[in-house]
Amino acid sequence: MIPGAFDYHSPSTLEEAVALLARHGDEAKILAGGQSLIPAMRFRLAAPEVLIDINRLEGLQYIREENGYLAIGGLTRESALEESPVVQQRYPLLADTARVIADPLVRNLATVGGNLAHADPANDHPATMLAYGASVVAQGPGGSRVLSIDDFFTDLFENALASDELLTEVRIPEPQPGSGGAYIKVERKVGDYAISAVAVQLRLHGEICSDVRIGLTNVSAVPFRATEAESCLEGKALSEEVLEAVGQAAAGQCDPSADLRGSVEYKRDLTRVLTQRAVTQAIARAKGGSQ
Amino acid sequence: MSRHEISLTVNGAEAKGEVEARLLLVHFLREDLDLTGTHIGCDTTSCGACTVILNGKAVKSCTVFAVQADGAEVETIEGVATEEGLHPLQEGFWEKHGLQCGYCTPGMILSAKHLLAKNPNPTEEEIRWGISGNLCRCTGYNKIVEAIQYAAEKLRNAETEEARQEVSA
Ligand SMILES: Cc1cc2nc3c(=O)[nH]c(=O)nc-3n(C[C@H](O)[C@H](O)[C@H](O)COP(=O)(O)OP(=O)(O)OC[C@H]3O[C@@H](n4cnc5c(N)ncnc54)[C@H](O)[C@@H]3O)c2cc1C
Ligand code: FES
Ligand code: FES
Repeated sequence: MIPGAFDYHSPSTLEEAVALLARHGDEAKILAGGQSLIPAMRFRLAAPEVLIDINRLEGLQYIREENGYLAIGGLTRESALEESPVVQQRYPLLADTARVIADPLVRNLATVGGNLAHADPANDHPATMLAYGASVVAQGPGGSRVLSIDDFFTDLFENALASDELLTEVRIPEPQPGSGGAYIKVERKVGDYAISAVAVQLRLHGEICSDVRIGLTNVSAVPFRATEAESCLEGKALSEEVLEAVGQAAAGQCDPSADLRGSVEYKRDLTRVLTQRAVTQAIARAKGGSQ
Repeated sequence: MSRHEISLTVNGAEAKGEVEARLLLVHFLREDLDLTGTHIGCDTTSCGACTVILNGKAVKSCTVFAVQADGAEVETIEGVATEEGLHPLQEGFWEKHGLQCGYCTPGMILSAKHLLAKNPNPTEEEIRWGISGNLCRCTGYNKIVEAIQYAAEKLRNAETEEARQEVSA
């Protein structure tokens, strides 16, 4: 299928890109990896009149620790995350996530910024970044601002960026001593979106869990945190009863819809099980010292 | 809507065209350049039959606009063999029966080529993971994995041989 016609711009500076966004407003869309937008345009689910291709912008692809966080350039490809030593060594939740997003061909183009900006509850990074308590940097004509990921996802496919803003960076707080995280996803076949997936990040003080954050994938219309499950674990040591309560709370708080990937009941129960597995793994990693 | 003059390198040769912005790279390759070895197997970015190497990375050419490839280097299946003959990957698919209908084969070979460029000595699991964006309806994948293992070994041996000759030269 062929997308509808549009005007194409490929600015070479960020200022130019933002000016184009400001000029064309809601008629324009940014083209990053194109791996969500182009399929949507081919199905005519999206028909932007103007595309602003940001692939020729310099300096938006990097992964580096600075000022107490891991900074990831908005145009960083998923494949770069997969291959990054700092991600592999210090951010296991992110490393888990990067390798289960789509397939290697898609990951060679797909970007971290696009994955979040698309605000698709089926995408994997929203849950991960919610669990990390990440923030994003938005660049507009008047300068940049930092948004908490907790305020970023506003509706299905809707985010908190203004129509003339571009997501330029994602910031993940550097792991504190005793941190651990994990992402566990079940999909129908390799390369598919999740039936359900769970991201957990926490800290251990002795046996006691703190700073527990749990993000869920594809079991709600808007990416969200399983706050009730977080509360069941916060300040407690892991036990069978606690683990059971955490799983039940996540299953209760999610709001999946029935589709080809399964019934509501199945998805809820899968979310319960995956939450328990991800919590167990995050704790094991926290104990093992690998963040 | 907007039309663009593009100029890129395809299989080492310059290719030019005037394209509508919405033209997909796969259509440019097949219809404007007559390089029909790059296949189209789906409408949903799912199958990988359209895989080409774009600036060194294997991508689905049905999910990139031709205009985005302006100035880029593209390699398609037509560019894989050399004057000396088949590429070790092509030879491997032949020797190990890595294809039946052949529809997925060009994409498989280009994905495998990128994989071996990054990782010359992949494990079986890494090969399976590396081609997981390419669907095959016929083979059950085992013979494809063997074909890639054959090529990996041959390429490694060729490199060792080259290094040896350099040392003795
Ligand atoms: C077969 C297939 C399977 C997939 N499976 C998964 C999966 O399992 N998990 C998963 O997470 N994803 C999956 N994806 C989606 C993929 O990861 C997308 O690439 C990603 O969702 C969007 O990133 P992109 O860079 O391609 O963005 P694009 O498609 O270019 O853009 C997506 C949206 O975000 C906007 N946008 C992009 N970048 C910015 C920016 N910097 N600032 C502001 N707005 C921006 C665009 O305007 C557009 O509206 C899959 C895709 C395919 C084709
Ligand atoms: S034709 Fe199926 S992924 Fe491109
Ligand atoms: S050989 Fe027929 S699809 Fe792979």
